[in-house]
Amino acid sequence: MNPFSSGTRLRDMIRSIRGCKTAAEERAVVRKECAAIRAAVSENDQDYRHRNLAKLMFIHMLGYPTHFGQMECLKSIASPGFPEKRIGYLGLMLLLDERQEVLMLVTNSIKQDLNHTNQYIVGLALCALGNICSAEMARDLAPEVERLLQFRDPNIRKKAALCTIRIIRKVPDLAENFINSAASLLKEKHHGVLLTGVQLCTDLCKVSSEALEYFRKKCTEGVVKVLKDLANSPYAPEYDIAGITDPFLHIRLLKFLRVLGQGDVDTSDCMNDILAQVATKTEPNKNAGNAILYECVATIMSIEDNGGLRVLAINILGRFLSNRDNNIRYVALNMLMRAITVDSQAVQRHRATILECVKDSDASIRKRALELVYVLVNESNVKPLTKELIDYLEVSEPEFRGDLTAKICSIVEKFSPEKIWYIDQMLKVLSEAGNYVKDEVWHALIVVTTNASNLHGYAVRSLYRLVQTAGDQEILVRVAVWCIGEYGDMLVNNTGFLDMEEPITVTESDAVDVVETAIKRHSSDLTSRAMCLVALLKLSSRFPSCSVRINDVIVQYKGSLVLELQQRALEFSAIVDKHRNIRSTLVERMPVLDEATYSGRRAGSVPAVVSTSQGAPINLPNGVAKTTSAPLVDLLDLSSDDVPVPSSSGGDFLQDLLGVDLSPSLSQTDTNQAQKRGTDVLLDLLSIGTPPAQSNSSIPEMVSPSDDSKSAINVLEQLSSPSAPAGGVSTPPGSSPMMDLLDGFAPKPENNVPAYPSIVAFESSTLQVTFNFSKQPGNQQTTIIEANFSNKTFDAYTDFIFQAAVPKFLQLHLDPASSDTLPASGNGSISQKLRITNSQHGKKSLVMRIRIGYKSNNKDMLEEGQINNFPRGL
Amino acid sequence: MIHFVLLISRQGKVRLTKWYSPYPQKERTKVIRELSGLILPRGPKLCNFVEWRGFKVVYRRYASLYFCMCINQDDNELEILEIIHHYVEILDRYFGSVCELDLIFNFHKAYYILDELLIAGELQESSKKTVARHIAAQDSLVETAKEQASSLSNIIAEATK
Repeated sequence: MNPFSSGTRLRDMIRSIRGCKTAAEERAVVRKECAAIRAAVSENDQDYRHRNLAKLMFIHMLGYPTHFGQMECLKSIASPGFPEKRIGYLGLMLLLDERQEVLMLVTNSIKQDLNHTNQYIVGLALCALGNICSAEMARDLAPEVERLLQFRDPNIRKKAALCTIRIIRKVPDLAENFINSAASLLKEKHHGVLLTGVQLCTDLCKVSSEALEYFRKKCTEGVVKVLKDLANSPYAPEYDIAGITDPFLHIRLLKFLRVLGQGDVDTSDCMNDILAQVATKTEPNKNAGNAILYECVATIMSIEDNGGLRVLAINILGRFLSNRDNNIRYVALNMLMRAITVDSQAVQRHRATILECVKDSDASIRKRALELVYVLVNESNVKPLTKELIDYLEVSEPEFRGDLTAKICSIVEKFSPEKIWYIDQMLKVLSEAGNYVKDEVWHALIVVTTNASNLHGYAVRSLYRLVQTAGDQEILVRVAVWCIGEYGDMLVNNTGFLDMEEPITVTESDAVDVVETAIKRHSSDLTSRAMCLVALLKLSSRFPSCSVRINDVIVQYKGSLVLELQQRALEFSAIVDKHRNIRSTLVERMPVLDEATYSGRRAGSVPAVVSTSQGAPINLPNGVAKTTSAPLVDLLDLSSDDVPVPSSSGGDFLQDLLGVDLSPSLSQTDTNQAQKRGTDVLLDLLSIGTPPAQSNSSIPEMVSPSDDSKSAINVLEQLSSPSAPAGGVSTPPGSSPMMDLLDGFAPKPENNVPAYPSIVAFESSTLQVTFNFSKQPGNQQTTIIEANFSNKTFDAYTDFIFQAAVPKFLQLHLDPASSDTLPASGNGSISQKLRITNSQHGKKSLVMRIRIGYKSNNKDMLEEGQINNFPRGL
Repeated sequence: MIHFVLLISRQGKVRLTKWYSPYPQKERTKVIRELSGLILPRGPKLCNFVEWRGFKVVYRRYASLYFCMCINQDDNELEILEIIHHYVEILDRYFGSVCELDLIFNFHKAYYILDELLIAGELQESSKKTVARHIAAQDSLVETAKEQASSLSNIIAEATK
C-alpha cells in the first residue's frame, strides 16, 4: 500500500488547512497533500481514489491547480460501484469544464451509464451531461437522452428533460427530435417532471419556430388548464410555499404562456382569463406571491394587447413601486422599463415615485430608476425632470455622479426646447459636476454657443458669474476661458443684454483676471493652460489697454517645460509684441461652427476626426488645434473638406513664408493670406506664428537647410515622429503642419531621396508581410519602413504582435501598429512603422529577423523568419 | 437560466461554486473576486440584486454565508430568491440546522444536494421531500457498498489469517 496516500483523512486535511494561520502555511499543507495525491495517482492506487478525489475538490475550491486529478475522475467514473461513480461524476463537473479535451474521453462511460440498470447511476450520468456537455457530446448522446424522456421513473424523466435543454442550447438543430416527447411531458402529474417539461418546451420554442407553432396549436389549452388547476388547487403541504402551491411551477407556466402568446392574438385571448385570475387572486404579502405576480405582469405586457389586463398589470406595478421592500421596488422599476413601450402614459403617472427612486440609498435601485427616467423624458416634461435631476446632482454620491451627469447631458442635448435653456442647464451641470462631463459634451456646448449669436453675451456673462463661485471645476473653467477669449468685449460692454439677466459690471481687467487665475491655478492641466494662452492672445486684441499686462503673463510661459506651452507662449508674445497691425485680424472671432457637421462627426460618420479629438491630446501635432480641442480640430477639417488644402500646398505656403521671411513684406503677405482664406484662420495663425518664432529663436541653424545641421533636424524628427499618425504616408492635411514645416526645411525633398522598391519581406501560407521604404531627407543612415501585414486565411487574427530583431550595427525603433486585429482573407491590413538607423551605411546592408504572434480561432500562432532581401543601399 | 451558483463566507472565502455556463478557470477566480467586492460590502437593508457585466446576481445572506446566483437580465429575480431559500431549507433539513462548518466539512454533500435541485442552470424539483428522499437513497447505496467492501475485506482478512 502506498505509504503517502494512507496518510490523512479528508476531514483531517480540511482541519489542518483551516488551522493554518498564514497563506504560506496553507500553501505548504496543500503542497504536501498534492504531492501525496500525485504519488497515489502515479501508483494507480484504487483504495483511496475516492478520498483523494474529494481532497482534490476541496483544494480546487481554494483556488489551487488540480489538473493532475482529471484522469482520476475518469477512472473513477469507469469503475463499477455507485460510490466511486458518484464522486467521479462530481469531480468531473467540478474539476473540468466543457472546453477540455479530456471530456471527450468520458463520452463512452456516460453512454454506458445512461443505459445502466441502476436508476441512480443513470441519474448521475444525466446530471453530469446536463451540466457540462459540449456540442460533440450533445450530438453523440442525444438519442440516449431522448429515450430516457420516457423512462418509467419520474426522477429520470425530469433529469432527462433538463439534460435536453442543455443539448438543444448547444446544438439547436437537434430541437426537432425532441418536440413530441417534450409535449408528452406537459401531461404529467408529477411536479418535478411537469416543472422541467414546461421549461424544456419554453426552451424548445426559443430555438425552433416549428416547435413554437406546434406547442401553440396543440398545447396552449392544456397549459392553461394546468395553470388553472394549480392556481385553484387545495393546500398541498409538499409543494406549499407561503400559502401558494408550487410557485416555481406557477412561474414556469406563466413564462411558457408568454412565449406562446407573444405575437399571436388567438393564443393570447385563450389565456386572458387565467392571467386575470392569477393577477387578482395571488397574495402579494410574501416574496413567493410577488414573484408570481411579477412573472404574470411580464406575461401580460408581452402577449397581444388586452387593455383591461394591462391596466391591471400597471396597477400591480404601481403597488410594487410603493412597497417598502427594496427588492419589490427594484423589480417594479425593472418591469416599468418594459411596460413603457406598451403604455408610456400609464408609466408617466408614476413619474414622481420613480424620481424619488433615483435618490434612493441603494445603488441597484438608483441605477434602474435613472435608466427609467431617461426613457420617460419627452419634450413636454424635460424641464421639470431635468431640474429635479440637476438638483439631485448637488447632493448625490460621488460614485453615482458619473452616470447621472452623462444621463442629464444626454437628456438636455436630446430634448432641449430652446438654446438658452440648453446653455443654462449645461452650465449648471458644469458647475456642479464639471469633471464628470465627457469631452464631446462640452465641445458640443461650445459649438451650440457659437451658433446662437444672440446669446453670446448672455453665455459669457453667465460663465463669468459661475467661474467666480465654482472655479474649481476644470471643465467649466475651460468653457469660460474659451468664451471670454472669444466674447470678452461682450462681457465688458454688456452686449446683447437680456431682460431676465441681472445687471453686472465687469471691467477689462476683471476678465483678464479670470483667465490669469485659471492659467496659474495649480490643478489646471495642459489643455486648460493652452486654452488660457489662446484666450489671452485674443483678449490682448479685444482689450488693447490690457495688452502689456497680458504679455507679461504670456511671457512667463516662455520658459515652460512643456513644449506645447513654451512654443505657444513664444509665438503669442511675438504677436502681441511685434505685430500689432495684424493682431486684430489674426484673432478675429472664430467662424461659426456647423452644428450639423459637428453632431454628424460625433455620431461617428467621420471616425478619423472623432479619434483625433478623443485621442491622447499630447500627440496632436497641431498645437493650436489642440488647445481649443475638438471644435477647432473640426474647423481645420472643415476647411480641408471645403477648400482642398493638401499637405503639399500647405508646404508651399510655408515655403512661401520662409522665402519671404527675410523681406520686410512679411506681414503684408500674412495678412493677404489670412484674408484670402477666411476659414483657415487657424492654419494661418499657426503658419504665421511659427516661422518668426523660430527665426527669432536661439537655434537659427534649424532654418538653414544644410546637411551638417543633422542634429537640429534630428530634434525636429523626434518632435514630429510621435505626432505622425501611425498610418504614416498620407497624412491628413489639416493635422500635420509640423510635418509640412519639416518638408519646408529640406530643399526639394522628393528629388533628393532615391526611391526604393517595395519587397515582400515574409510570406507563409497564412500571412504576407510587405515592406515599403522611404528615407528621411538629409539622413541617409535612417530608413523608414512601413510594414503591411495581410491575412491569407479565412479567419480573422487577434492579438497580433510583430517583433523584429537586428544585428548590433543597426538601431531599430518600432512605432505602435495601426491595430492588433487582422481581418480575414486580406480584407484589410495592419501597418506598422519601423525606423532603422544603419551605422555602417554604405558598407553593410540591412538584415532582420522577425517573429509574428497572433491568435487565430483562439489558438496561439507563431511565425518566424529572416529577411535578407532588402534593396541595396539602405 | 442560472449561470453559476456561489457560496461565499463573510470573509470572502469560497464555500461552493457551481458553473452552468462555460467560464475558464482564470475567469472564475476573477468573477469570484469581483462579486465578493460587490456583494459583501452591501448593507442589510438594500435590495438583494446587483447588476454585473450585463447580468444580475441575486444574493441572500444566511448568518455568515452569502448564497449568490447569477441570472440573465430578464429572468425573475424574486423567484431566484425563493430557489436560494429552497436550497437552504433542504440543506437545513439534511444536516439538521445547518451551519457553515457543515458545508465546509461536508462540501461534497452540499454539491450532491445542489445537483438534485439544479441541472443545466434550471430548477429540477420543487418538493423538498423528494430531494431529501433521493439523497437519502443514494447515501444508503454508498453505505451498503462500504459495508460490503468492509465485510468482504474482513472475510479475506480472516481467510488469509
